Amino acid sequence: MSTRKLLAAGTLLALCSAAFAQSPNLGKPISPEDLAAWDISIGPDGAGLPPGSGTPKQGEEVFNTKCQACHGAKGAGQPNDRLVGGMGTLAGDKPAVKTVGSYWPYATTLFDYVRRAMPYVDSKSLSNDEVYAVAAYILSLNGVIGDTETMNAQTLPHVKMPNRDGFIPFHRGE
Amino acid sequence: MKDSPESHEQVAGNGLLHRRMFLAASAAAVGAGIAPSRLSAEPLPVEPWMQIPGAGFVGYGQPSKFEEKVARTWASAPGTTGTGSARTPHQRLNGMMTPSGLHYERSHSGIPDINPDAHRVVIHGLVKRPLVFTVDDLSRYPLVSRIAFLECAGNSGILFQKAPAPVNIQAIHGLLSCSEWTGVKLSVLLEEAGVDASAKWLLAEGADAAGMSRSVPLEKAMDDAMVALYQNGERVRPSNGYPVRLLLPGFEGNMNVKWLRRIKLTEGPTMTKDETSKYTVTLPSGKSLQFVFPMEAKSVITHPSPGLTMRGPGLYEISGLAWSGYGKIAKVEVSADGGKSWGLAALQEPVLPKALTRFRMPWRWDGAPVTLQSRSTDETGYVQPNRAQLIALRGDRGNFHNNMITSWGVSDKGEVKNVYA
Repeated sequence: MSTRKLLAAGTLLALCSAAFAQSPNLGKPISPEDLAAWDISIGPDGAGLPPGSGTPKQGEEVFNTKCQACHGAKGAGQPNDRLVGGMGTLAGDKPAVKTVGSYWPYATTLFDYVRRAMPYVDSKSLSNDEVYAVAAYILSLNGVIGDTETMNAQTLPHVKMPNRDGFIPFHRGE
Repeated sequence: MKDSPESHEQVAGNGLLHRRMFLAASAAAVGAGIAPSRLSAEPLPVEPWMQIPGAGFVGYGQPSKFEEKVARTWASAPGTTGTGSARTPHQRLNGMMTPSGLHYERSHSGIPDINPDAHRVVIHGLVKRPLVFTVDDLSRYPLVSRIAFLECAGNSGILFQKAPAPVNIQAIHGLLSCSEWTGVKLSVLLEEAGVDASAKWLLAEGADAAGMSRSVPLEKAMDDAMVALYQNGERVRPSNGYPVRLLLPGFEGNMNVKWLRRIKLTEGPTMTKDETSKYTVTLPSGKSLQFVFPMEAKSVITHPSPGLTMRGPGLYEISGLAWSGYGKIAKVEVSADGGKSWGLAALQEPVLPKALTRFRMPWRWDGAPVTLQSRSTDETGYVQPNRAQLIALRGDRGNFHNNMITSWGVSDKGEVKNVYA
């Protein structure tokens, strides 16, 4: 086989091995390190939780400084969302009081949401230790964890939320 | 009105007429609806605009100054100016499309001021090749267009209240709009990244300060999902996700993530705040339905509706919107007697899947109080439930995904209000 034919065959092989040769393929490869600042979602199994830790006591200080103005003392709500209480209100026909304690099925969601969206006027500004601490404080106010428990990447995914089994995947007609 | 020779045209109680009456343009039938006692018109004046040259050109046109009431209304969370929702004024619109500036909006931390040159969309997670795209990159792909409605899952939630709220259609059903969207099929981008066999979901995340994020089944992403760049022919408006939004035709509005910056392929749902603590439907048992994605078949009469007072007995066109997140609208029925009898409405073409469909129905109002309703059936055969049926199924605390029949009460003075029937 001539060199030219070999080159042509090689080119063809390269084209075929590219999964979608007909596609524009304009995306640039990116490494996990380069997208780390954006890769902030936390799975319900704790996947993605960063190093760090915090206790309810540490969280109380952060909460009183950065959260209380919107969520009320001890997370009682007003002017914005209530974060504490409401257990036992989901069934029946009276209004359900849906808080982190009474409704949220996963503690990992609390870390994910506080880190990405709170505090409202300066989101993504808390350190990981602060986020763990605030999560620990809100969980302890709800009686979900003890006053002295430490939240970190190992403990947070294992917190059993009261409404963990309260959700049913929807099927049409339900 | 006494039975006329055209009475065979009546298809349901309280004066509903055959849907083709207007289209057939039967002189006799239409003529019968025009009151013979109308006063003669005034002589026609020559107005100033007929004599003096009009205004010059502008770069971007605006509606007439006489249309300034055609505007969204909104509510924002305490202490915020852009966190909440703004509603489409359906009582002042017609056709099937929503002007981009009147499209409803739901934002969780205001509207970000995104420089498109600095914006990036990254696809990573369970893929062979994590990729990052610029807006220019995405704009170079083969583009597709489709017309699709968007509806917030919280739309019409107020109809669960024990007593009917004295509000208009904008306040009840204003979190609903319809646009033509143009963009890149998400499946093309995912195939370039090479989706791992273990991936069954993806997380879609916005570049807003709330980092709004939702989990989407991979099946939907590979079906008809779009990375939308254009809305009604121009770049997507900032309030609707400029420069890039995710479009999941038929799915609840919240999942159509605006300001899309990241897609992460995962094995299971991420269980974000908005798919657990919100957008779930709590039943009387205390259990909550989760992952209620498509918006159910639904309809509402826009004309007449509260605020649009009728001007005396005579011939009217009842008109409204019908839609289904499961496909095309197959039929819309209208009742003028609170659901006792129904007549078939005409569907305005085009009737497209997962798009708003305009329906029209001729009606001869005799001036007596009536209750108007509309009921849609989609191509899967699903029939829109009435209020009692939906509450029997889910209770009245569900808040989200309320697709019950709306009732408009018309008084003998022609005033229209929200009622339960």
